[in-house]
Amino acid sequence: MLNKHYVWTALVLAALALLPFAISGYQTSLATQMLIFATLAMSIDILAGYAGRTPLGHGAIFGVSTYVLIYYVTTAGGSLWVGIALGVLAATGTAMVFAALAIRTSGVYFLLLTLALGMIVWGVSLRWTSVTGGENGIRGTVKPEWLATHVNLYYFTLVVTALMALAMWRFVNSPFGLTLKGIRESETRMKALGYNVPLHVFIGFVVSGFFAGMAGILYAFYNSFVSPSTVELRQSVAGLLMAIVGGIGTLFGSLIGSIVIITLENLVSLYTERWSMVLGFMFIITMIFAPEGLVGKARQLLARRRSRQNP
Amino acid sequence: MMNRRKFLQATGAAAATSAATSVGPWVHTASAQTGPIRIGLMAPLTGVVAAGGREVVEGFNLYWEQVGKKVAGRDIEVIVEDDGANPDVSLQKARRLVEQRNVHWLVGNILANTGLAVAEYVKGNGIPYFIPVIAADELTQRKRLNNVVRIAGYSASQTPRPIADYGLKQGYKKAVTISQDYAFGHEQCGGFCQTFTEGGGQIVQQFWNPLNTADFSPYLAQIQNLKPDVVFVMETGADASRFIQQFANFGLKDKIQVLYCQNATDQSVIRTLGPEAENLISGAHFCEGRDDPANNKFLADYSKAYNKLPSIYGFSHYSGAMWLAEAIKRVNGKVEDKVNFLNEVRAVKLTGSPLGKTVELDAYGNPVYDMYIRKTVKRPDGKLWNVPIASYPNVGQFWKYAPETYMAQPPYSRTYQGIKKS
Repeated sequence: MLNKHYVWTALVLAALALLPFAISGYQTSLATQMLIFATLAMSIDILAGYAGRTPLGHGAIFGVSTYVLIYYVTTAGGSLWVGIALGVLAATGTAMVFAALAIRTSGVYFLLLTLALGMIVWGVSLRWTSVTGGENGIRGTVKPEWLATHVNLYYFTLVVTALMALAMWRFVNSPFGLTLKGIRESETRMKALGYNVPLHVFIGFVVSGFFAGMAGILYAFYNSFVSPSTVELRQSVAGLLMAIVGGIGTLFGSLIGSIVIITLENLVSLYTERWSMVLGFMFIITMIFAPEGLVGKARQLLARRRSRQNP
Repeated sequence: MMNRRKFLQATGAAAATSAATSVGPWVHTASAQTGPIRIGLMAPLTGVVAAGGREVVEGFNLYWEQVGKKVAGRDIEVIVEDDGANPDVSLQKARRLVEQRNVHWLVGNILANTGLAVAEYVKGNGIPYFIPVIAADELTQRKRLNNVVRIAGYSASQTPRPIADYGLKQGYKKAVTISQDYAFGHEQCGGFCQTFTEGGGQIVQQFWNPLNTADFSPYLAQIQNLKPDVVFVMETGADASRFIQQFANFGLKDKIQVLYCQNATDQSVIRTLGPEAENLISGAHFCEGRDDPANNKFLADYSKAYNKLPSIYGFSHYSGAMWLAEAIKRVNGKVEDKVNFLNEVRAVKLTGSPLGKTVELDAYGNPVYDMYIRKTVKRPDGKLWNVPIASYPNVGQFWKYAPETYMAQPPYSRTYQGIKKS
């Protein structure tokens, strides 16, 4: 079983590594974007899929690190690596604040609370004009010279994303990750077993925020621009939808979700300006026919076939 | 009969050609000058300014259709993309137009934040970017870029200056401003406040309302209490409609004098309004109700094609297309030489635009216009339009200052409005 995992991972990685040879420069930059959003979606999946708490504020956490990095490098004139550290730190810090306020809730209350907290970040970035540039945002290239080409940036993003994915995979499969799953299945039972449920959710949230912050750093490299639209609700929703379409609680499903959604966005908008409607229908269809997501559904079908073969 | 060696040669050649063509996208091929000129037009077709976005496309296409989509022997191909009124989406679309659709230039966008995002992108690759509506001052002032040119556009602080001067001439001394709280509003208000206070006027108070303000009554009550001689109103789109309606509903229309920015009484706003939008005073370079052969013809063409009077968005992109056509003629269709083409774009002296007068750019890439003080009146067919009541010839983005002195002061923001302390 474990061997099979390795084979799959190696295959996917090889395919991703060979990708730039098969596609054009623009498509490579799209692929880079997919990897970045896959990291964001995976960080959301830690909470939504493993701890059973669906957040709608991760776009804001993600954007905080983008803001901090671009501000630190372009406006304050600081060094890139310090900027990256500060950016991730700021995102993790934001996640701590969010977590401290939201861990005692669950279900729809957790969703709404994280949504509201995300909106606060959006409001601040919109109104704190002297620092964030308000509506206009902050512009400036932060990525180092050697990442200037699409292909180099793609490989850099691929390496970082792969390392992050590995770290997240280790995290959710660690004994600590199992306690998160336990909390998802039954909070009261976990409490009865002597686990400090709020503390575990808090740590899960902060770790998830750290990874969202890493994705935000990659986004700053990729976009060279940040504005309130980077931290707005749309971003949080996009990340969550990617996790859901790919399959919640599957971690790597997020990559599939991100590929599917970004591809559709770009393909459909070539043909119609009503592309958001097409996306909407796709979500509805996914929810009706594959509520466990694409990866979840595929696993289910495979398992069914296997059980039919060896009854 | 084909022997084995010949077969190998033939297949080898075929494979080589197919390999060569499939390499195509990676190698930036110098495209043949006989192909069409591809223009990437970005407009917000969804989102908060979708109505304006549609008029961008209408105005731009109208001109190309009139010239048969062919200039200086080259076909014109316009590729339209929706920027979603969102800077991240705009960036994405700009990348796609340049890197996948291989456009020669980018044109368009409405909101300043989308334009600034695209400007950052073209800064890196030198693709010419033309902005008939993006009014952010900085793009033709302190942070100007060689390949970003404001053809047929205007900078934000340029148009409110004549209206401030006009206000002073009416004897107004105490003014209040109300403006949308974002860069375009800050810059427009700054232009008004600086000119008004340096001419001896006084700004009693400034109100900044968030975009999409549904209810202006708190502001209206405060404005009433301040008893100003005049109110300068900088609102666009739906905010402008709501302000004009609520101002009239409050019964203030006959009590307090108001000077509007150009967007507030633009066709895109007054088209849907009734008597509450009559007799409003504003300042702008485009005045659809000005009796002039070139203007009348444009109005007739536009109304015939789209069954409505043109707004600033339609007008600017129509003239923008005209400007580009003029530049294409000047380089004989050889637009591939970007440096030369940009030089010629800057050198264009545009005649025959709906403005009826030759328009040219200043040394910083911003047009110089005759500005009009306009008044909204009802036409015989019941529609409202803006007619000129006074004019200010040759108004540039620096007003009466030397460019160097002007750019030495900080850019306008909510905290810096250029107000002269008396």
